[in-house]
Order: sequence, then C-alpha cells, then structure tokens
Amino acid sequence: MMNDLKPIAAALPRAGEKLVKGRYGSMMPVTPANGFTLIAKVKPGCAPTIRAYGQKIEDTIRDSPDALAVLKLHYLRWVLFDNDTRFMYIGIFDTDFDKYVEDAVMLFKATGITTIFEQLEGFPADWRDNPAAFAAFCREHQAPSFMEYAQYPDISATEVVKAVTMKRALSEALDQLQ
Amino acid sequence: MLELDDIQHFLLTRPHALAARYEFLSFGTPEAGRAWLAGILDTVGSARAVTEAADSDTRWVTVAFTWNGLRALGVDETALATFPDEFREGMAARAEVLGDVGNNHPDRWIGGLAGADLHAIAIVFAHDAAARDRSAARHLAFVSECKGVGVLSSLDLEALPPIEFSHDHFGYRDKLSQPALDGPAALKPGEFILGYPDEDGNGPHLPQPEVLSRNGSYLAYRRLAEHVGAFRDFLAQHGRTPDEQELLAAKLMGRWRSGAPLVLAPEKDDPELGADPARNDAFGYKDADPRGYACPMGAHVRRMNPRDTAVNMSRRRMIRRGTTYGAPLPAGAPDDGVDRGIASFFGCASLVRQFEFAQNVWVNDPKFHELENERDPIIGAHDGTFDMTIPKRPVRRKIKGLPAFTTVKGGAYFFLPGIRALRFLAGGART
Repeated sequence: MMNDLKPIAAALPRAGEKLVKGRYGSMMPVTPANGFTLIAKVKPGCAPTIRAYGQKIEDTIRDSPDALAVLKLHYLRWVLFDNDTRFMYIGIFDTDFDKYVEDAVMLFKATGITTIFEQLEGFPADWRDNPAAFAAFCREHQAPSFMEYAQYPDISATEVVKAVTMKRALSEALDQLQ
Repeated sequence: MLELDDIQHFLLTRPHALAARYEFLSFGTPEAGRAWLAGILDTVGSARAVTEAADSDTRWVTVAFTWNGLRALGVDETALATFPDEFREGMAARAEVLGDVGNNHPDRWIGGLAGADLHAIAIVFAHDAAARDRSAARHLAFVSECKGVGVLSSLDLEALPPIEFSHDHFGYRDKLSQPALDGPAALKPGEFILGYPDEDGNGPHLPQPEVLSRNGSYLAYRRLAEHVGAFRDFLAQHGRTPDEQELLAAKLMGRWRSGAPLVLAPEKDDPELGADPARNDAFGYKDADPRGYACPMGAHVRRMNPRDTAVNMSRRRMIRRGTTYGAPLPAGAPDDGVDRGIASFFGCASLVRQFEFAQNVWVNDPKFHELENERDPIIGAHDGTFDMTIPKRPVRRKIKGLPAFTTVKGGAYFFLPGIRALRFLAGGART
C-alpha cells in the first residue's frame, strides 16, 4: 500500500473520524504533519532558564547526534512569545506519542530536557515516576491543528535518510563506471 | 526479597504438569463468588509451596480475576477505580489497540470471553490428560455445589507428543527465552509483580487497597487457533525441498523448529543448539545480524524481543505461560477442521506498557522497522494482503499475500492476586 508521493493537505478533524483517545489510540493513519503543538504558561521569571536550553540542546546533539533518534522526529520548534510569558513546543514526528511516552520521559531525563517542562505552570511534580501524568500534561496543553500540509506524506524520517543515502551511493557507483 | 509465600506460583515456577484445564467462571452474586473462592483457597499454591511440594502433589489451582470479576466479588467502586484503564476496559474493548480486526475481532471469539460476565479463571494442573480430567471433575463438582457460580466455558490443554520436546502444533519448540529473575541478567521483579522496584525505579503505583494488589500480577490471556493445514501448504508452496521448507519455517519464526536461533545457525539447523537452554538464547542482533540476513527484521522472535536493537527493552519483557490444546494433525494429513492451537498467558506489571505495546507496535503495525506492508507472520492479524521480506544476497526474497496461520479465538485481561489478597477477597473485600 505505497502512497504516490503527492502532497496532501487535510482539514482536521476529518469528518467521520473519531478523535484519538487514551493510550495508543487506534491504528488509524497519522495526520499529514503528525505530532503536537504544546502551549503553556511560563512560571514568572523562568523564561531565561528555558531560553538557555536552546544552547544545551545544540551542544547535546552535536556531541550525540542520535540522542533523540528514538522519538522519530522530523522537526522541533521551541518558541517563547507574548513577552516571554508563554512557551510553544511544536514537534513533527512519526510515532503515536502515547506509544513512546515512557521512552520519551526516559530520554528527557537523560538529556535534561525535563528542566524546560519544570518551568511551565501545571507541570506535574511527580513526573519522574509517572509517565502517565507527563502524557496528561501534554494532552491538556495540546492545541490541535485544524489544517496540516505535507509535501511527502507518510514517509518516515528514517525512510528519507535511507532514500537519500541510497541515491548518493547509486550516484557514486555510476560515477565510478565513468 | 520476593514474598514467595504470598505470590501465586503461576509466573515464578512450573508445577510438573503436562496437562491443564482452564475454567472460565461467572459469579451470580458476591456471596457465591466468595464461597467458591474460600472453598478452593487451600489448593492455590504460593511459589514456595509449589517449589517445595512433591512431584506427586497435584492439587494446584491458579486463580485470577477480570476487573468485572473483582467487582462481582464486592470490591468497592473507589478501589476499582484505582486499577489501570486498560484492565478496567478489558481486552475485548481494546481490540483496536491490539489490532484484533477481521477474523480476530472479539465479535468472533468463543467461550464467552468477550462478555462482561467473564469474572474469573481457574487453572487446574495435572500430570497427564487422565489426571486432569479427574481433577477437573472434582473442581466442577465443587462448582456445582456453589449456587450462583456458573461455568462460561472450559478448555482442555495438554503437551503434544513427543513430550520431551515441548512444541506447538506447527512444530516449533516453545518455552524459550523467558526473562531472567535471577542471575547476572536478572530484571527487577517489579516488571512482573506489583509491590517491588522495577527497572525505572520504585515500581508502578499500587491499586488500592494494598492488601489486594501487593504481590499480584496482570495476565494477558490469548487463545490462538493454529491452522496447521494452511501452514504446511504454505511451506510446500514456497519451498521446493524439505530443506527449503524448514528454512522458510525458520525465517518466519526467527528460529528453526528445533529452537536453534537463526542468528547462531543462519544456514543449517542445529537441533543440539535448539535444545540447549544455556546457548539457545545467548545472542543479539545489533552486531551479529543488523540487516536481517540471518533472522529477518519481521520474523516473529525478532519482533517480540528486539534485544539490543530496541531502547528500553528491559521495560518490555513478559513472562509467558501456557500450552497447546486440541488433537495434533498427523503429518501428511489434510486439515480436518479440528480446533487446535495454543492458549497463552503473558504476565507483567503493566498491560499497556508491556503487552499492548508489543501487540500494537511490534506485531500489527505495518510500518514496523520501515518494512512496508508487513505484520508478524505467525500472530499478526492477516487477511492475505500482507507480505514477508526475507533478506538474501544478491536479491531479497519477498513473499506476497501471507495467509493467516493463526486466529485469535479469545482473550482477556486477568489480575493474579497474592494469597493474602485472595483471603481478602474471600472475606468480603472490606478493609
């Protein structure tokens, strides 16, 4: 059941499709720009701590490029707005968040990203032992998209890398035949 | 550290039993359920009692309850609400999460397992089929004295001959690769038993009251019919010689039918290796077989335990129990339509994190591991439209349109309480 690599746009939620509920939702296809948009209030005075994490993440990924690989991300965007009183976290990824929330919590602990969440109002104090509470916070602060567009729908980040790698290898092989 | 006098034996030991009866029960009133439970309590074995008992002691019964069953015994609503969502909903209600679609859908299950009145399972163990029938008759006689306790259905199980080689109806060796609870590779017990530290730290929150949940485990029960005729036809259709057919069977499972793992025996079977528990589980994939040339990425055992190629693997193991039911199909005979298969239990401390994750992500997601359009060849939900890729040099082999070799005929989520918890339930579930 291969898709035909044509761009797709979808108005969401689609008519007749029930919203994802609970753990692992259903086996329905993911949305074109699958992921989440978290919007939360920043605790007073805590914006600089959040902003400083930009550099920390840059350093982490430079030293360990695969640190976040398990989350199957395509893109992340972190934004402070409204005079640094609000934080927005946009992630576009291939997985169903529910399935990987334990892996995500474990990863965030290891890379220190949880420090960002701790600066947000309403973040659960017992997040360390309670992945379900972490997931609940994300769900409560999620702003669902009403329209998503994908240039190459349903192609995972891993597939993109594989395809480019193959193309380069083939190209090199052909060059060597010259 | 483990309270072996309180934990039921089921996940920690094996009584010397080659046959069993599963009785699925329903309680008309709380008093009826408690009377039955009080009556059989002496036959429920703790891990210590069963380990220390003589081989000839055959009284052992294992009991476990659905969420509806706990309620039917009179556990109050406040306590019931502290149990996890997936256990409360029951396996039938989780069909979409588990990929139980088409012929596997709960609407087609037998034995009343999809119904709200499935309250308990009683497992009677015995040395052989004749002893099982005697023990089961005794238990049934007791049940009929308990007014208000009904039997929804039963299942008779026994090991297939030759019994020295424990195997399923397809001929694959089973009872391999259990998580270790002691020794250097041991996992923390809280991964399987409530009330102990787990691999993440302190262990999950205990449902309330603690006397009910401590030393208990969750069991995911699955009854799979095995379509032996279709399996043999498939091998004959895609393998030109007996050797090719054996190799194909191995590629589907990830182990030869002898039990030898493909990673350690990639081209030829090695029955001695298959039979040797000290060697047949000592392998990984990351360095030995990263591309699946020995064991395909989509093979059953590689899906069920990705070993060193998965993160967080220590949080995804389960203790497996169970055995075969139904008469074997003789070699060379056409399928006779007899219901035969395996009925298994998967024990863990979190159904959603351990059982449901494996079923949803590893078994039935067609995009697992970037395979396009594949499901687990043995236990995936198959409708004839999924493929199997077998990496091979120079060109991989791809078999299109796998038939369904198994069908889910029933399943349920049970809670396996400790002995103190059983006394609490028998006594009216009041703190």
